[in-house]
Amino acid sequence: MKPRRAEATPRIAGHAVGLAHPEVLGTDPRIAKPLLEMRSVNAHYGAVHALRDVNLSIFEGELVCLLGGNASGKSTTLKTLLGMLKPTSGEVVLDGEVVNDKPTSFRVARGVTMVPENRRLFKRLSVRENLDLGAYLRTDTDGIAADLERIFELFPRVKERLGQKAGTLSGGEQQMVAMGRALMAKPRVLLMDEPSMGLAPALVQQNFELIQQIHEAGLTVFMVEQNANMALSIADRGWVLQTGRVVLDDSAENLLAHPDLRASYLGQADD
Amino acid sequence: MTATVPPATPTSGVPAEPAPAPTRGALDQDWRRLVRMGAVGAVAQIFIALSNMPVRLDERVIVKPVLSLGYLTLLIVPFAAGHRVGHQIKREGVPVHAAGAHEVAGGAACGALAGGGLSLLAVLLANFDLREPLVNWSPMLAELLAFGNETWFAVVVWLVIGTACGAAGGALRLLGPRTRRAVVTMALAVGGAAVLEPLVVDLAEGMRLEALTDRLYARRGGVNWTSGLGLAAASGILAALGRGRLQQARAHIAELEGASRTRTNGLLILATAAVLVILPLFAGKLTNELLANVGLFVLLALGLNIVVGLAGILDLGYVAFFAVGSYSAAVLTAATSPRINPELPWLVALIVVVVITGLVGLFIGAPVIRMRGDYLAIVTLGFGEIIRLIFLSDWLSGWFGGSQGITKIPGAGIFGLTDVAGTDPRRVFYLVLAFCAIAIYVSWRLERSRLGRAWMAVREDETVAEAMGINTVNVKLLAFVVGAVLGSFSGAIFSAKVGSVFPNSFLILVSIVILVVVIFGGMGNIVGVIAGSAVLIGVLGGPKQPGLLAEFSEFKLLIYGALLIWMMLARPEGLIPSVRRSRELHQQEMAQDAWLKGQVEDDNHNDGGSPKAAPAT
Repeated sequence: MKPRRAEATPRIAGHAVGLAHPEVLGTDPRIAKPLLEMRSVNAHYGAVHALRDVNLSIFEGELVCLLGGNASGKSTTLKTLLGMLKPTSGEVVLDGEVVNDKPTSFRVARGVTMVPENRRLFKRLSVRENLDLGAYLRTDTDGIAADLERIFELFPRVKERLGQKAGTLSGGEQQMVAMGRALMAKPRVLLMDEPSMGLAPALVQQNFELIQQIHEAGLTVFMVEQNANMALSIADRGWVLQTGRVVLDDSAENLLAHPDLRASYLGQADD
Repeated sequence: MTATVPPATPTSGVPAEPAPAPTRGALDQDWRRLVRMGAVGAVAQIFIALSNMPVRLDERVIVKPVLSLGYLTLLIVPFAAGHRVGHQIKREGVPVHAAGAHEVAGGAACGALAGGGLSLLAVLLANFDLREPLVNWSPMLAELLAFGNETWFAVVVWLVIGTACGAAGGALRLLGPRTRRAVVTMALAVGGAAVLEPLVVDLAEGMRLEALTDRLYARRGGVNWTSGLGLAAASGILAALGRGRLQQARAHIAELEGASRTRTNGLLILATAAVLVILPLFAGKLTNELLANVGLFVLLALGLNIVVGLAGILDLGYVAFFAVGSYSAAVLTAATSPRINPELPWLVALIVVVVITGLVGLFIGAPVIRMRGDYLAIVTLGFGEIIRLIFLSDWLSGWFGGSQGITKIPGAGIFGLTDVAGTDPRRVFYLVLAFCAIAIYVSWRLERSRLGRAWMAVREDETVAEAMGINTVNVKLLAFVVGAVLGSFSGAIFSAKVGSVFPNSFLILVSIVILVVVIFGGMGNIVGVIAGSAVLIGVLGGPKQPGLLAEFSEFKLLIYGALLIWMMLARPEGLIPSVRRSRELHQQEMAQDAWLKGQVEDDNHNDGGSPKAAPAT
C-alpha cells in the first residue's frame, strides 16, 4: 500500500508508426505533464457513491491499467474520463485543462478514445462504416485515408472484410475492427474497457499482444481489467480499485507481487 | 404416405410403448405435424368465415362466374396449409418410393382437415344460434358455405374443396422450377388482372382501348372465365419461354458494381420516372386519385423512415406532424380560417409550414429524445394524441375551428401557373410526385451522408455512438425534425387536395398505418417504403382512402395485422430487403464457407481471429 510516484515515469516508445502524435517523441519525460488526469473525483449514480476521491494520472506514452472486481467502479472511471458521466466533485484534467464541463465530443476530438467492452461494433453496419464512424469528428480527409491504410497494414484481415457486416465477423476479427475503429479517431490515449472480456483464452493472449504492439508504436493506453495477471504482464503500472476507492497504486511488478492482490484478484492464496 | 403407416400409428400423445420401432416414432411425428397443421388450418378457416370476410367480399368477382374474392379467402388457408405441410413431412426411415406422392397426400389430408373446419361450422350454423356473441353467425354465411343448398352439401363440398386445395398446395412442391414458375405466373396474372381491374379499366378508357377491357372483364366486374383462361395460357407460355430471364437480369443488375451499376440504376430511375409522368395523362380520375393517395403516404413513410429506419427512434405519434402541416397550411391559405387568415399563396405558405413544423418537431423532440426504447415510443404516442386534441379543443376552437375544422381551403397554386385543387386529381398527383421526388432525393443523400452514418450508429448502439464523439441528442433531434418536415409536406398537400381539415383526420390510426407501411416495406429502405405504400395503401387502402380492393376497407386492419405477423415470421427484413441487408445475409453464408475452407488453411497463416468463433455470429 505505498504509492510510489517514482514508478510513474512515463516511458516513450521508440518506433512510432504515426498513430500517435509525433510531438510525443520530442517530449522530455521528466517534465511531462499528465495527459489525462483525475483529481480526487467523486461520482454518483443517483444515491450510489460510485467513485470516492479517485486520483489517477496517465502520462504520454504509458501503458497503465486499472484493476478491480465487479462493481468496483472501473467502468464509471472510464465514463467519467470520457465525459459520459459528470463527476459530482473533483476534476478531470486533459492536457492541463479542466474538462469537467466539456462534452464527450470535445474530449474525443482531443484524442481521448474508448474501445468499449465486448467490442460493441455497430453490428449491422459494414466494417468500412464502422471505421468511418471512428473518424466521425475528423475532417482531414488525407489523414483519414492515411490512417485507414495503416490500419490495413496492421490488420490485413480487416481490409478483406471491408464490405461485410461487422456483426458477421468472428470474435477475433471484431476485436481488430474495434481496435481499428478506435485508431481511426487518431487517439492520443486509448481507453480500453475490459479487453479480455468475452474472448476465448487464445484470443485474449492475442489481444494483449496487440495492445502491446499498439503501445509500442507510441500510443498511450489506459486499460480497465478484471484479469489482473494478464493486464499486469504488459502494463507499466496500475491501480486497484475497490468499491470506488483506489486502494493500490504501484508498478506492475510490485502489484503482481502484492499479497492482497494475489489473494483477491490473481486467484492465488498466500502460501 | 398413408399406405406406409400402420393403422395403429395415429394414437395421440407421446408414444408410451416400451419398444416402438424407430420408423414408427418418426412417422408419429409426421402425423402429429399434419394434424397440428390441419387443426390450425381449420381454426383459421372458421375464424375467417366468422370475420364475415367471405360474405362481404362475395360481391367482388375475381373470375366470373367461378370465383369471388369471398370464396378466395376460404381457399387460401387449405392451400397454404397443404403447401406447408409437404415441407414438414420427413418420413424418416421409410424407403423412398413413389417420389413426391406423400407431399400430395399429406397436403390433401391437411387441406381436408382445414376444409373440415368449415364443414363443422356449417353443421353448427344449421343447429345452433350463436348470433349473440358472434355477430356474423348469419344465415347468409350458412348459405354461402352451402352454395345455396342443404347443410349436408356444405359438409361434403368443403371437405372436397379443402382436399383439392391442400393437394394442389402439396403438388406445387413437386413441380420443376420451370413449371412452377409458369403456374405461379399464371395465378399472378389472373389474380393481378382481377385486383387491378379498376385501374386497368380506367387506363384503358384513357387510351381508348375499351374493346380490350370489355372482353377481359365481365360487365359487373371480374375477369371473364374465357378470357381468364386465355390470360393464364398466354402468361404461362410467356413464363415458360422466358425461363426466368427476368430473375437472371435482376441478379445480374444486383451484381453490377461501380460505374455500370450507377448507369443501370440511373436508367431504371429514369424509366420509372417517365412512366409515372406519362401514365397519369392517360389515366382517369380514379387512377390519379389512387396514385396521389399512395404518393401522400410515400411522403409520410419516407419521413418516418428517417426517424424509425435510420435513426432508430420508434415514433408512434408521427401523425402529429402530418396534422401540424395540414392545419398550418389551412390556416395560412384559407380565407375561412377563424382567427388568422393571411391567404398566402400555397408555395409561400409551404415555407412557413416547414418552419412551423420544424419548430414543433424541435419542441416535441427535445423532451422526448432523451428517453430510450419503450418509454420514447409511449411518449411519442401521447404527443400524437395531444396535438390532435389541441386542434379539437374548445379552447383553441377560435383559431382552428374545433371539431368543425377548417373548410374551403383553396388548392395549391404554384407561381400562378397551375391551380391544384382537389377536383383535379391529375394535377394533385403531379404535385405529390414532385414532392416525392424531392423526399426520395433527400432521403437518399442523407442515408449516405455523415449525418446518415451518425443516425445509423445511434440506432445500432447509442452509448458507443456517444463514445465515438457523436452528439447523440442533437443527431436524434435532427432526425426528428427532418422527419417532421417531410411529414409536413404531405400535410400541406393533403389539406389543399381535400379542401378541408378536421381533427379526426389525424387519428392515431394514421401513425400506425404509416409505421406498418415502413415495416412492411422494409425499414431503412427507400424502395421498400415505396413498395410498401403501393401495396398497402394502393391495394388495401389507407385509413380513410379506399384502395383497389375497396371491399377490403372493413377488414383492412385485420389484414394489416396478418401481413405483419407473416412478415415478421417469414421476411423480417421487409418486402424489399435493402441491398445492405440481403448482402449481409449473403455474406454470412460466404463467411461460413470461407470458414470451412479456412479450417484447412488456418495452419498456413494464423494471422488472428479464432476460426472457431467465425460462424457463431
